[in-house]
Amino acid sequence: MPRVGVFLCHCGTNIAGVVDIPTVAEAVKQFPGVVYVDDNKFSCSEPGQAAIRQSIIDNGLDRVVISACSPRMHEITFRKAVSAAGLNPYLMEIANIREHCSWVHSDNKEAATEKAIELVKMAVAKVSLHQELFRKRISMEKKALVIGGGIAGIQAALDIANAGHQVILVEREPTIGGRMAQLDKTFPTLDCSACILSPKMVDVSQHPNIRLLTYSEVEKVQGFVGNFEVEIRQRARYVNHTTCTGCGICWQKCPEKVPGEFEEGTGQRTSVYIPFPQAVPSKPVIDTVSCRYFKYLDFIDKKMEGKKPPPCRICEKLCPPQAIDWEQKDEIIRETVGAIVVATGFKTFDHSVYGEYGGGRIPDVITSLQLERLMNASGPTLGEVVRPSDGTHPKTVVFLSCVGSRDEAKGRPYCSKICCMYMAKQALMLKEHDPGVQSYIFYIDIRAGGKDFEEFTRRAQEEFGVLYLRGRVSKIYQDDKKLMVCGEDSLIGRPVEIAADMVVLATGVEPSEGAAKVAQTLNISYDTYGFMVEAHPKLRPVETNTDGILVAGACVGPRDIPDSVAHGGAAAAKVIGLLSQDTLTTEPLTAAIDASRCTGCLLCSQICPFQAIDMVPANGKSIAVVNEGLCKGCGLCVAACRSTAPSLKGYTDAQILSEVLALCP
Amino acid sequence: MAVSYAYYPGCTLKTSAREFDESTLKVCKAAGIELTELADWNCCGASSAHSVSPLLGLSLPARDLQTAEALGKPVAVACAMCFHRLKHASHALGDAAKLKQVNQVLGKEFRNTVKVEHLLTILGSNGSSYQVTKKLEGLKAASYYGCVLVRPKEVMELDDEDNPQLMDRIVASLGAETVEWDFKTECCGASLPLSKPEVVVNLSHKILRQARQRGAECVVVACPMCHSNLDIRQKAMKAAYPGFQEMPVYYFTQLMGLAMGFSAAEMHIDKHLTDGLSLLKSKGFI
Repeated sequence: MPRVGVFLCHCGTNIAGVVDIPTVAEAVKQFPGVVYVDDNKFSCSEPGQAAIRQSIIDNGLDRVVISACSPRMHEITFRKAVSAAGLNPYLMEIANIREHCSWVHSDNKEAATEKAIELVKMAVAKVSLHQELFRKRISMEKKALVIGGGIAGIQAALDIANAGHQVILVEREPTIGGRMAQLDKTFPTLDCSACILSPKMVDVSQHPNIRLLTYSEVEKVQGFVGNFEVEIRQRARYVNHTTCTGCGICWQKCPEKVPGEFEEGTGQRTSVYIPFPQAVPSKPVIDTVSCRYFKYLDFIDKKMEGKKPPPCRICEKLCPPQAIDWEQKDEIIRETVGAIVVATGFKTFDHSVYGEYGGGRIPDVITSLQLERLMNASGPTLGEVVRPSDGTHPKTVVFLSCVGSRDEAKGRPYCSKICCMYMAKQALMLKEHDPGVQSYIFYIDIRAGGKDFEEFTRRAQEEFGVLYLRGRVSKIYQDDKKLMVCGEDSLIGRPVEIAADMVVLATGVEPSEGAAKVAQTLNISYDTYGFMVEAHPKLRPVETNTDGILVAGACVGPRDIPDSVAHGGAAAAKVIGLLSQDTLTTEPLTAAIDASRCTGCLLCSQICPFQAIDMVPANGKSIAVVNEGLCKGCGLCVAACRSTAPSLKGYTDAQILSEVLALCP
Repeated sequence: MAVSYAYYPGCTLKTSAREFDESTLKVCKAAGIELTELADWNCCGASSAHSVSPLLGLSLPARDLQTAEALGKPVAVACAMCFHRLKHASHALGDAAKLKQVNQVLGKEFRNTVKVEHLLTILGSNGSSYQVTKKLEGLKAASYYGCVLVRPKEVMELDDEDNPQLMDRIVASLGAETVEWDFKTECCGASLPLSKPEVVVNLSHKILRQARQRGAECVVVACPMCHSNLDIRQKAMKAAYPGFQEMPVYYFTQLMGLAMGFSAAEMHIDKHLTDGLSLLKSKGFI
């Protein structure tokens, strides 16, 4: 027979003000196995804990029920107290008589007291069946994987590497830098974006602790915190980066030109290319879709009809170190890492669904990112802002805010957060480029919450004469060479029409292409829009529900540069915290599978949200085995199994049933 | 394969837009589309009924739809406003409570199972096979859909709200060239010509001006109200906007008829107030 001690907490008047503790104590004494009952004003206080410790020792208790607040609050506290008395910490059970009782039944003290007695009765019955459980230690691979080489990923990688840990930084594009590299200036200080970013990019490439894998994607992730097994596909570049010197002859001489992704279609790139001059690595890749030689090979392969394209290969002929390698293949790189940071960033909303703004058919209606490229000194026009249609300098420019933001009709009800500020910046910059430019901004609200942000938008209005019109634009149409922008100025309550030379759409923020796929590969949650979901929006902003996987930057939601940098640093701090440990201890409250009952039906492994159940061969069949590093003890497998093979430690069927029987014998 | 429809002409097609009605009937007959005029049809309610009584606004078109339902035939509509009201009714009556109410008004059971289609869809679909015998090559036309035909998209289920293509495809199939322009679904002034004629003149002028600017020689429509505003008001536009050049406005069925070998008289092109014959003559089509 176990020797159960029950400790009733008053929680000041929180519990004792409603529940009659002496009555409870009297009743509890009668329960089977209870040999000791005590009460305390605050059990969680140091004297309260000391009393528990002493009573366990003095009375030879081997099971403990703490009747107090929710286990979410103090379970760990009391486990420590029990443990300090030499008892296994899992031989303790909490009866929650505060949140589940006194707080919700303050209007009926008698019934509350009755309920408290029953809650304790259940806990006593359950704890009597508790068994000793032990934490396990798992090893920690002191290496981190960062997915995404934008500013958030760069910051995270540098911070982790600077703390002395190995980092693998994986980037899908041929260069790191992300969206920030595309920007001309940054608000509100108007620093040149490339000038503050490129030193960090170089730091990444030169850091002894960072292994940079560009033009690569994470394909598979298995395992758990401390021991993630990852597979990364390094796409074939067809350029040997060991011998390539980055001299640039290939991309200067390549005859094939296509619209450049980095230039957002405002400029062209060649088939063998680096996306921009400061690219890291500054060595090119060959785009097989547009390359003439690949087109030629494709023609031969598929036995196509018509005129045979020329087998160009000019780059190969001219390359001094002969680094062009047509035989290069994709390579799969396998690594084990202890922690993963997801920083896959964002893309801008595709405005073609806005038929009223021309649906992408009007050449001088451009996006804000296109304007960045046009304003940038290393952009396609060398910093001259000209109209795509005829190359003339626009004098009247109209900005439209919230294109793909705050618009439920387009399925984007959220605010993209950065647009108000970048519109103010761009309008101000246009005036600096050409004092003859008049900018108009159609807005819903001016959201300038941030350090020096409000001052900045005021400056755009007061010093630079940017005119803000509160209202949405209903239509844009072409009238000879002008763009007629029709909208409403809702402050004067009148329709307005502006004859503009160029219209800039402040397209909203949405997750990068393929972000959802990354989330699925990592088995972390994402929301309806594809943004990654953090473990807690306020208190755990960089954690996910999977231990060891962190999120950073705009893949979680719209974020500006300072926030993304802070976020990347925060994720790095969490990773450093993990990697600074040699081993991790795991919670023993996991599922365990009785091999003799398992039929190998796989149902539990399919249903497990944490992919914690592996199938292993045993006695000529496959049986399920729980990976304790991944198991969160959710109990889904227990509920799903038809042959009751799994059970949850600390919550076995017998334990749960004992509670029920205690309540209704 | 003959396709059979219950044809709902509507009041305007029997009065001021007779040329739309007759050209529609002739073109469909030649294209093997059987249109049987709905017996004892009534007004769809147009722009007035629903603004006075929502129940009346649903009951009027529902009565017509009920007749078609009893015949077991889908309804074919040419007039944009009628199409709008009929589609609106069948959409709104998806609500069981409203349908019950309307059935009480009708005094007989309407189950709301009948399909309503516009002639642009019927003639423009792959199933229809009209024979073009006289290509309208060299004619530059601006397809003008008006605002009620396509909006709201979820209810009309016809085409894009800003850049529809149905009529453009039909006009192009006749050998004519359609222009890319931004005013396909702009408002012409609708029912304001009597109360605020200056608004109609202003809006309709903008439409014609845009069409001209994009290189169109004529405008093609599928709505009698748009036709009347664009066609009748050109004299007033001339007075209000010096330099305005007249431009013929045709129903799409009229151009189809011409291309299918009917004469200009059969298509009643002489019935318009703005001369529509000279342009066709100059192109050698008539």
